[in-house]
Amino acid sequence: MVRPVVVEELLKVRNLTKRFGAVAANDGVSLDVRKGEVHCLFGENGAGKSTLSACLYGYYRADSGEIVFKGKTAELNSPADALRLGIGMVHQHFVLVSNFTVLENIIVGSSDVGVFLNKSEARRKVVALCQECGIDIDLDREIWQLSVGEQQWVEILKALYFGAELLILDEPTAVLTPQQSDQLFRIISGMRSRGLSIILISHKLREVMQSDRVTILRKGKVVATVETAGSTAESITALMVGHKVTKHVRDRSVMPAGEFLSLRNVCAKGDWSEDVLKDVSFDIAKHEVLGLAGVAGNGQKELFEVLMGVRAASSGGFSLDGEAIVAPTSREMLDRGVGFVPDDRFLEGLIPEFGTAENLVLGWQRAPEYRRGPFLDRRKLGLLARKKIEEFRVVTASADLPVERLSGGNAQRVILAREFLHARGLLLANQPTRGLDVAASEFVCEKILEKRAAGFAVLLASEELDDLMRLCDRIAVIFKGRIMGIVRPEETSLLDLGMMMAGDAKEPERTVQ
Amino acid sequence: MLELLQGPLLISILAGMVRIATPLLFSAMGELVTQRAGIWNISVEGTMLLGAVVAYVVASTTGSPWLALLAAVLACALISLIMSFVTIVLKAEQFVAGLALNLLASGLTLFWFQTYVIGREPPKFAGFDQVDVPLLSDIPFLGPILFSQRLLTYFAFLLPVAVWFFLYRTKYGLEIRCVGENPKALDVKGLSVGWRQCLAIMFGSLMSGFGGAFLMLGYSDRFVPDLIAGRGWLVVVAIIAGNWMPFRVVGAIFIFALLEAVAIHAQVVGVSIPHHFFLILPYVASLVLLAGLRSRTHQPEALGVPYSRE
Ligand SMILES: Nc1ncnc2c1ncn2[C@@H]1O[C@H](COP(=O)(O)OP(=O)(O)OP(=O)(O)O)[C@@H](O)[C@H]1O
Ligand SMILES: [Mg+2]
Repeated sequence: MVRPVVVEELLKVRNLTKRFGAVAANDGVSLDVRKGEVHCLFGENGAGKSTLSACLYGYYRADSGEIVFKGKTAELNSPADALRLGIGMVHQHFVLVSNFTVLENIIVGSSDVGVFLNKSEARRKVVALCQECGIDIDLDREIWQLSVGEQQWVEILKALYFGAELLILDEPTAVLTPQQSDQLFRIISGMRSRGLSIILISHKLREVMQSDRVTILRKGKVVATVETAGSTAESITALMVGHKVTKHVRDRSVMPAGEFLSLRNVCAKGDWSEDVLKDVSFDIAKHEVLGLAGVAGNGQKELFEVLMGVRAASSGGFSLDGEAIVAPTSREMLDRGVGFVPDDRFLEGLIPEFGTAENLVLGWQRAPEYRRGPFLDRRKLGLLARKKIEEFRVVTASADLPVERLSGGNAQRVILAREFLHARGLLLANQPTRGLDVAASEFVCEKILEKRAAGFAVLLASEELDDLMRLCDRIAVIFKGRIMGIVRPEETSLLDLGMMMAGDAKEPERTVQ
Repeated sequence: MLELLQGPLLISILAGMVRIATPLLFSAMGELVTQRAGIWNISVEGTMLLGAVVAYVVASTTGSPWLALLAAVLACALISLIMSFVTIVLKAEQFVAGLALNLLASGLTLFWFQTYVIGREPPKFAGFDQVDVPLLSDIPFLGPILFSQRLLTYFAFLLPVAVWFFLYRTKYGLEIRCVGENPKALDVKGLSVGWRQCLAIMFGSLMSGFGGAFLMLGYSDRFVPDLIAGRGWLVVVAIIAGNWMPFRVVGAIFIFALLEAVAIHAQVVGVSIPHHFFLILPYVASLVLLAGLRSRTHQPEALGVPYSRE
């Protein structure tokens, strides 16, 4: 990592403050970004990283403070101002038009297509950009046909197309596979060597450690800015949470016992009636966490949907606690005490316009404990919300603030709080730590282990292989809808897992009971 | 019933359909652009009424139908600023704003009608004349149906092509559609969502002004308060039934127009079925279409959702 010889400040932020009602999302933030550096923003969920980025992009107007760009005070009243100055941004949540093609999403609003939408010039430019970055994507497909990973590439292409001098990337890797993240980092280092500056937001330490400098935010304030070269993952984490984070490991003295969930030859069709699940069989016992490892898009989502009763299995079936489940509905699965953490928080996990309290009882709103006669018991809901907000450390102005206003990680905590509260017996978690800060993801891991100790059967899909290795009793690897094998973490290396995830046929099919 | 299908009568019915479709086409194409920009402007009915009233007043005082048309269109463009202000600046519920505008228009019209029109000698006014397209109007059968119409009708029939071209083949059309699908996607590119929605609302109202003025100046000889008779609502239905695609919307409108033309002629010919039955046909058809064509795959995703950053 070569640092530029002449330290030149591209961006200077002085005392920036941004409030939402009573919450100060950014409280006197000062920050310098040098020319040609990758500057990481690191901090807890709700620390104000996205808000700061949005202020730098002119999307939000800071209440006070000064932004100096290339030596001149910048008036950032709208993204137009930022783009004119050469500041580009990739937002934390996709900002795409789902029924436009990839190319249309990139060119809409750009000035070089002409009145009559002459796309050929723009297409050449985008194709060149793709080649340069090694992005392989069909420009004529519509967004809804793409996987989340591909959609993320479109967002990145959009930003690159405008050719910014300072690029802000707000959690670009949250939905990318580790391989895709590596590719993004190659693109980033290419940009850095061309003298561009990048502000990168990530919760993954592996990625944070690849930056030049890290600014740590806590509760809207800057805690410190450190050179990455002189720091360790531990020291940065400690700065962020104020204490050391201990990684929990499952308690091996508790042995899984008694089949709880068992799948036999489950097959299912996808949204375009392609085969997404092929003969999936496995069992999960009480006191057991079964990991599901695999590159996103290999059938994990559909597997969870089948188990939740929202997607029909085309053949095969499963049983719960010895009882065969025939043609399940999601209502039935909820009543049987299945907790489910879906991977798309705003689409499937929450009602964005509802507050935390209402989202906490979603699906259980008819349960007697939340009702008074035919009405919701507001008082009880309020009490519950207060308790869970504290327990899960949700940062929110009030229990009634629409969850769409929460930071990404805090929204995730609301889902977790709900599912951990209501599940009895089986917990299905698809990427539960996605978008969570280091401390919060450890908190989730701890909660999962608590459930395991309490006798739950847990199915946990995650792209964090380290987490799987320490939490799971066994890990099933899924590739193209097929279980490649089920292995024990203590008998397997990360390399083996990686090879199985890539569908390596050389690996003899292994399954442990 | 059979006599309806004989030569001259058939021609008359089809020519009637073209005439009846004219104001609907204007309003529908305008409203389509507005809705593609994400605004549910249900004030079509009221705006058409306003256009008709203004056209009537100006035509009967100045005697010039073209001046009347201009005034009607300008008035509708102006009134659209209210809608824009309420929905874009104040970010109020678009449905309620549209309803309010409709109530306002019909209330004021009734008031004006009872105070200034009723009981007086109806003023003379000149509407638009028929314009026969040279040569084309001599084609047997098609000529009298398509090419012996009012000038505005020819424009109305070109309008869907123009709107289609605008929406799908121009940069501004792409931007308008983007606003209707996901306004933030345009906002983060540094382009104004509000201005585009404001212009789209204005275009919609302007076209409704054409529609209302044509209803008045095209074929009527006097003003009646229920001149529009739910046509503004038919337009909204046509857009939903047409799944927000220009040519399908046109198809729905032709169905309505044909049924109304049949109803009128049935009355003239004197079929034994009560003619009220025929008069409700377009409205029944609108219900049937809505129930039958439930696909809303092209409904703009952000339709009716006010946009704000924070
Ligand atoms: N539009 C809004 N209205 C009200 N409060 C908001 C709004 N946007 C953000 N906040 C609040 O501001 C704080 C900072 O949010 P922000 O999204 O910047 O966090 P973040 O650091 O990006 O977190 P994450 O890692 O979870 O994405 C949070 O407490 C959040 O609830
Ligand atoms: Mg964020």
